[in-house]
Formats: sequence, structure tokens, C-alpha cells
Amino acid sequence: MSVKPAVLALLLTAGLVCLTLAAAAVQGLLIRRGFDLASGSPRQLALERRTYLVSTALSLVMAFEIMSLFLLVYVADDLHELFVGAMCAAGTFNVNSYGYTALTLKTLGALGCGVWLAVNHADTLGYDYPLLKSKYLWLSPLSLLVILADYVETRFLLGLAPDQITSCCGAIFSEAAAGVAGTLSHVPPRLAQALFVAGLLAVARSAAHVLATGRGARIFAAASAALFAASLIAVVSFISVFWYELPTHHCPFCLIQAEYGFVGYPLYAGLILGTACGLAVGALAGAGRHASLAEVLPRLKRRLTVAALAGFGLTAAIAAWPMIFSDFRLG
Amino acid sequence: MRWLARQRAFLDFTLLSLWRRKGKNAALILAYALVVFLVASVMFAVRALRTEAANVLAGTPELIVQRMLAGRHETVPESYVATVKAIRGVSRVTPRLWGYYFNRAAGATYTVMAPAGFAHGHGEIVVGPGVARTWLSPVDGQYLFRTVAGDSAGFVPVEALPEDTELVSGDLILMSGADFRRVFGLPEGFYTDLAVSVPNERELETVTEKIQRALPDTRPIQRRELLRTYAAVFDWRGGYVIVLLSGAGLAFFIFAWDRATGLSAEERREIGVLKALGWDTADVLSMKLWEGLTISLTAFLLGLIAAYVHVFLAGAGLFAQALKGWSVLAPRLDLTPAIDPTELLSLFFLTVAPYAVITLIPAWRAATTDPDAVMRG
Repeated sequence: MSVKPAVLALLLTAGLVCLTLAAAAVQGLLIRRGFDLASGSPRQLALERRTYLVSTALSLVMAFEIMSLFLLVYVADDLHELFVGAMCAAGTFNVNSYGYTALTLKTLGALGCGVWLAVNHADTLGYDYPLLKSKYLWLSPLSLLVILADYVETRFLLGLAPDQITSCCGAIFSEAAAGVAGTLSHVPPRLAQALFVAGLLAVARSAAHVLATGRGARIFAAASAALFAASLIAVVSFISVFWYELPTHHCPFCLIQAEYGFVGYPLYAGLILGTACGLAVGALAGAGRHASLAEVLPRLKRRLTVAALAGFGLTAAIAAWPMIFSDFRLG
Repeated sequence: MRWLARQRAFLDFTLLSLWRRKGKNAALILAYALVVFLVASVMFAVRALRTEAANVLAGTPELIVQRMLAGRHETVPESYVATVKAIRGVSRVTPRLWGYYFNRAAGATYTVMAPAGFAHGHGEIVVGPGVARTWLSPVDGQYLFRTVAGDSAGFVPVEALPEDTELVSGDLILMSGADFRRVFGLPEGFYTDLAVSVPNERELETVTEKIQRALPDTRPIQRRELLRTYAAVFDWRGGYVIVLLSGAGLAFFIFAWDRATGLSAEERREIGVLKALGWDTADVLSMKLWEGLTISLTAFLLGLIAAYVHVFLAGAGLFAQALKGWSVLAPRLDLTPAIDPTELLSLFFLTVAPYAVITLIPAWRAATTDPDAVMRG
């Protein structure tokens, strides 16, 4: 393993997050099973008090989990010098078989945490814990996902030894490469552009509907998820190509390097913010039936929708920037 | 907006409450800042040393070819130059003369080099700043070398190398090729190694392979291998210093835990009064979290500033030896300030995250205290 401060930070965070999540998930189950708002028993009072601890602890560690995704990408980029053949984070993640799995699971975990935090926030807005049961129901699978992600991440970090031989991003994300990366690089830019623009339009249209009527939240969430997928294809297929001004270079990780002004960080942060907020709007779609949320929920959903639009807007702006302001054109 | 105003009111209240117990909180912040300072110093110093090494190596040749004999480094015959130069992709091959000279009186080893276009004459040398500082008792302004023949040779220092490159030139002595061969007894037609210039980085691997095929007794070393080694060594050292410091960190976190758990009678009464006045559990919890955040951020900033001063203005006195790993001739080094925002994020995870997690349960305990029980007790 590489004993590097940032790696130590990731390992420590993974440990803290897993321990806290495991404890909170167990508490969540106990609360879910025994919670009865109508009862005034000491047990119910104790459970009510415990929900404060669980939801505060979860808010904290989930925020850490989301931040640690970016730290993981940074660490992978920073460590590439150690590995023969690696030119950026793409090579580091390829050093052992845990790398890309860890990245995928952590991304899904970060999205899940974002949605859960939004639901938790909505729950605290109502006086009678309206979403308590459903939020703790989803906590167990989410905890399992995050713990699995952190486990795979730890295996990935512990398995990194200097001088291992890996591939450079030019080989992993080339049109000739096999696997998902190769397939994504092979998507024709015109098709990827069409998908990306269609996704943006779908999100914008459904967002307008949610903002105007307060309905159609699930469609907006589905559009957000679709745009997330379309954006990932777009990054590999044409956004990266435009930023590098090199038709053969499809790497989605070189974007986070200083050479390209770290533009990858806001690009991906916008994408994750947009997707998480979009999915959260969908997750809160049925919550309006609770009387205690009837007044506050529409406002929260509107805010989340605006935040999602801002996130996707940032991603779209970064994608469009080189297409408008550089002389590079795809023939 | 209402939410913001509410949080501002909480923060206002928290700051006043912290100020009331300033002695106790100052001790906590100081200990916390010390932990941040130690970790941040190591991280800043490692980053700066890595940057320094990368800058230094930027000027070195892409490829160095050494000859090996029985697993040891041997001198290279002149005929190898033409062989390497004939390889497509190689633009220039410079045979180099360099070695180490141990000065018994100073107790230090110096690097002696004979650059191809040495501008000064016979019997003259150019010295690095570290040499001028450590070479004891020059005789009549001359540096005396003991040659391989057993006699001594005097050299006049005619120029000093600039201080700003001290990491590489600190222990460096430059002399003419003839003088070098006289001091070290190296026969004509032999060199220490070859510096090979390959302008296209993508051809480097192929050129390396071809050299090894044409001259099987050589060992080509690429610049990026050196960079990789430096990065690994500095990171590894920094990481271990942090692992060693984790004891101090753990001690602090136990102290913080203990302090957060043991609420004073006055604090308990305060929470009791607040709850009796209508604050609910979530409000008290918010206040406690603001308290933790205020302490964390204050300590984080203080530690960060102290570490910056320590590393970039005071030369990282505490860790320089452990991280640089130089012996007698430790170069005096002014590290160039270089801070990475993501480095701050790792520092945050190493210091603030554990603090936040361990103070959570005590904060919750305090927030869920029963006002009735407290006021009676």
C-alpha cells in the first residue's frame, strides 16, 4: 500500500463512515420496529431521542462519504506517477481489479447518500416524523452499499504498490479497447451529443412542470437519472475530446488535472449534485400525503429542483464551453 | 432566509457561551491546533519537497545509461557513445564524468562533476553553497584534494553556484575533465555514464529496449523512474511520520472525548434552563454542533497557519531531517510555498472528521438531557 497522507485520510474516513453507518443502521432498524408516536412510554421517548442521534450521525458521515469520493479521485490522480504506464487517475484505478469497482460503488453510494440526506431533511421539517419509517427502511440497503464501497476502496488502496505496471488512459479509453471504456469511446460523437442534448431538454421540461405544478416529480427523477447516464457517455465520447482538442483522446480523468484547469472537478460535482437532487425530488414524490409536510414539502421540492437544474447547468456549461470558444471542430 | 437567521442566532449564542468558558476552551483549541499543526506540517513539507524534486529533475536528461559489471556500476568506454547515438530517436549523447569525493576533515561526501563545457581552466573549481560552508581549512585559498596516486592537489575556487538550487548543487564541485581524471585516476576514453536525450517521450521505451539489446551490459534509467522514486520516497516518509504522530492524535481525541462527555454542572444547568425556556432537542443539538464546528475550524485554521509558517518560513525545522533524509551536508532549503486544495481536504479528514464523530454522542447526550432532572439535580 502507499502510505500517503491522503490515502491515510481515505482509510480513516472509510473506517469512521463504516462504523458509524453500521451502528446507525442497527439503531434505525430498532427505531423502525418499535416506533409508535401515539405511545408515551419511556421506551418510545428513548427511541424519539435516539432518532436525533441517528439522523445527525448519518448526516455527518454521509457528507464525509460524498466528499471522500472526490478525495479518492484526487488520490488516484496524484498517485499515477508511481505506476509504470499510468498518465492520470485512469491508470491508477486500473492497477488492480478493485479500482473501477470502488469508483463505481462510491459514486452510487454518494448519490444514494445525497438522496437520503434530502429525505432526512424533509423528515425533520414535519413535527410527527412523517418519513421516519421509510427513511430507515432505505437506510439498511444504502448502508450495505456504502460499506461495500468503502471495503472495495480499502482493498484497492491496500493493493497499490509502487512500480506496478498498468495501462495509460490512451489505451483504456481508446476506440480499440475492449470493455465498457472502449465501448463508450466508440459511441459516435453525434449520437452522444444528441443523447446529451435530449437529456438536458427532458430535464428542463420536466423541471418546468415540477416548478409550475408541483407534479411530475418521478418523471423529473427519471430524466435526471437518464441525463446522468447520457452525461457519462458524453464525457467520454465528446466533452473530453473537445477539452483536449484531440480527436483520439477520450479519457474522463485527464480533465481533473491542472493542465486543463481542474475543470473535471466542477464538471463531475455539477453532475452529482444535479442527479442527487433530481432523484431526491422523485424520492419525495409521495411524501406530500403527510399532513405535517403539506405546507413545507412543495417549497423543498422546488428548491431541490432548482439545485438540480443548477448542477446540470454547470455540467452543460462546462461541456459547451470548448465547443463554443475553441477553434477545434470534429470533422 | 429564516433558516439562515436562525442558524446565525445559534452561532451568536454559541460564541458567547464559548467565550464565557474561554480558559477551558482555549486549552482544547490549543491542543487541537497542535495536532493539526503537526499533520499539516508534514503534508506541506512533503508536497514542497516533491515539487522541488520534480523541478530539479526537469532539467536532467530523459535517459541515463550506466554500464554494469558483476552487478555494480562500472565506467563506460567511449565506443558506447556511437552505438547509442546510432539508435533512431536519440538526438544527443553526452558522456558524463562525475563521482563522489569523501573529505575526511569535513566528514562529508561531495559530488564532483566535470561538465563538458567547463568554462574555467586547469586547477580551478566551481563550488556549491554547501561546499563553501563545510569544507574546512582551505590552504592559501585552495581546496586540497587527495588524489588516487596518494599526493594532494590544490584547486582554487573561482565561482560559487547560486543558493537557489541548493537541493541539487549544495554538495557539488565542478572541475575540468583533466583534473577529474587526475583526482580519481580514471583513464582516458572512459566515462562515468551517458546522458541520452530523446526528444519524443513516446519513443523512450523503444529507445531503452534498443539500448539494452545493443549493449546488454548497460542499465538505462529513465527520468520518470527517478521522479517516481522521489515521489514514492517522500510520500512514504510523510505517511510514516503521520502514522507515528497518530499516537498524539489519539491522545488528543481521547482528551476531547473526555472533555465533551464530562459536562460541568454549570453547562448542564444552562442546557436545562434552555430547554425549560422552550428550546427543543434539535435546537440544543444544533447549538452543540455549532460549538464543535467553531472549535474545529478555529483550531484547523490556527494549526494550518502555524504549519505554513513552520514549513515555508522556518524551513520545517521539526521534520526536515526525517523527510529530506540527507546526512552531513543537509542543504539549506527554502521550500517554495505550494498548497493543494485537496491536500486541505485530506487534512480535514484526518483531523476534523474524527473530532466531529467522537463528540457527536456526548453532544447528543447533552441535548437530550431532561430539564427537570437537571434543575432538580
